[in-house]
Amino acid sequence: MSAVMITRKVRKWEKLPGKNTFCCDGRVMMARQKGVFYLTLFLIIGTCSLFFAFECPYLAVHLSPAIPVFAILLFFFVMAMLLRTSFSDPGVLPRALPEEATFIEMEIEAANGNVPAGQRPPPRIRNVQINNQIVKLKYCYTCKIFRPPRASHCSICDNCVDRFDHHCPWVGNCVGKRNYRYFYLFTLSLSLLTIYIFTFNIVHVVMRSVDNGFLNTLKETPGTVLEVLVCFFTLWSVVGLTGFHTYLISLNQTTNEDIKGSWSGKNRVQNPYSHKNIIKNCCEVLCGPIYPSVLDRRGLMQEDSPVSATSAAPSSSSISNPVPQTMHAVLCLQKTTAALIPNEHTPEDAKPSVAASAEKSPSPKDGDPPAPKVPPLASPETDVETSIVKDKTH
Amino acid sequence: MLTEIRFHNLQELRHSASLANKVFIQRDYSEGTTCKFQTKFPSELESRIERTLFEDTVKTLNSYYAEAEKIGGQSYLEGCLACATAYLIFLCMETRYEKVLKKIAKYIQEQNEKIYAPRGLLITDPIERGMRVIEISIYEDRGSSGSSSGSSSVFG
Repeated sequence: MSAVMITRKVRKWEKLPGKNTFCCDGRVMMARQKGVFYLTLFLIIGTCSLFFAFECPYLAVHLSPAIPVFAILLFFFVMAMLLRTSFSDPGVLPRALPEEATFIEMEIEAANGNVPAGQRPPPRIRNVQINNQIVKLKYCYTCKIFRPPRASHCSICDNCVDRFDHHCPWVGNCVGKRNYRYFYLFTLSLSLLTIYIFTFNIVHVVMRSVDNGFLNTLKETPGTVLEVLVCFFTLWSVVGLTGFHTYLISLNQTTNEDIKGSWSGKNRVQNPYSHKNIIKNCCEVLCGPIYPSVLDRRGLMQEDSPVSATSAAPSSSSISNPVPQTMHAVLCLQKTTAALIPNEHTPEDAKPSVAASAEKSPSPKDGDPPAPKVPPLASPETDVETSIVKDKTH
Repeated sequence: MLTEIRFHNLQELRHSASLANKVFIQRDYSEGTTCKFQTKFPSELESRIERTLFEDTVKTLNSYYAEAEKIGGQSYLEGCLACATAYLIFLCMETRYEKVLKKIAKYIQEQNEKIYAPRGLLITDPIERGMRVIEISIYEDRGSSGSSSGSSSVFG
């Protein structure tokens, strides 16, 4: 393995810390557990295929050819949004390089002053004033940075994500600043598609039953029963989710903030990011600028000189990167195969069922400093989809 | 004894000087999460560069980022058009933000060549640091005999 590393060019995605998998030479970025994402794909493609096979021929002839055409357009839009959400960088913040980490440590020491021996040092918090409200920025011990406002650390992907919303197992990725609008459009278009298929299934069954009788209809088009079942259960969860996110967008809040109750309650700070105007909030979230990825995934690593263009220190290691050497070696070995087809390398294994993954605890990190663990904000327990699905299946 | 050294380009700077220190200009969150950097002048640069030049650089960078993140007619148009094409249009077109980032990269290179490198300083584009900080590297001339106790003897 190490011989391969020396002779071929290494791209930066291969050395990125965190628990993401990369495909297509760094163009695609996803979480490690992709089982539920494959299920989502299967359900959408499967149900739509049944619709096109069983209902569309009849409806095109007896009602209008526009029906399947619109269904196809909607299906492509749903798939495009899903793939865009799943494959793009959600807004991952790169970890601090050693010099930056040291600089921040020095600032913290200076701010804390002399802590008497035996006493715990105060928590690492920085107060900033945003639109005349005091917001506390927490220090991330894994990434060694003070998290920007609205950023949060996802324990599943082991990355700090900007404007972190939640980690969605259904799309197999975190939802953050860069892909939130695609996620919202995915849920919205999927709601429309589900309602559309459900409605036309009913129309089709009614129309056919008038001619042939109800039982004969079901025998001729067995796919209809399956579609109706899938659509019925999907409808409640997806439409509910779309409604919830519409509410969040109108208030310019994230799921993470809503769950933690950051801006609710009388004694709490009011949301400083809201424009206090629903239209403005919606426009900012949905029609705002398309942020670029700050992770240069496809850039080439310079093997003989440090990654940072400015650092000229001759004694630094070939890749100035906070990952310790053993971890670095493990990552190298793992990621050389990632260029082909990514494997699940998690010790706990990919758990396709949502219920099983709910019991999973945050995976242990090797070689981490003995620091307070970041609470698993993005565990499936706090994931809104799973809680809605769980509620509905009771 | 004071030595006067001029660095004519960045290559010369890297080869003949060694990295002494790095200063990190932090983000200014007073107006929200839009990208803006603090214009506070760090004490480590006091002997190296004039305050006004530094502030000018940071203010210009801030204005570029504000232009990129501006929410107005053009961003709505871009957003709606992209949505109508299921965002496939970005396979062939550059987003407005990316265009501004290219302008920023050019501006930083120009500032480095004209102002910062002659003073033994180098600005790193914030995008390489996750848009969290502006990293300014302070170089010390290797050949100097350390005439002023550790601090640089390079003049611009």
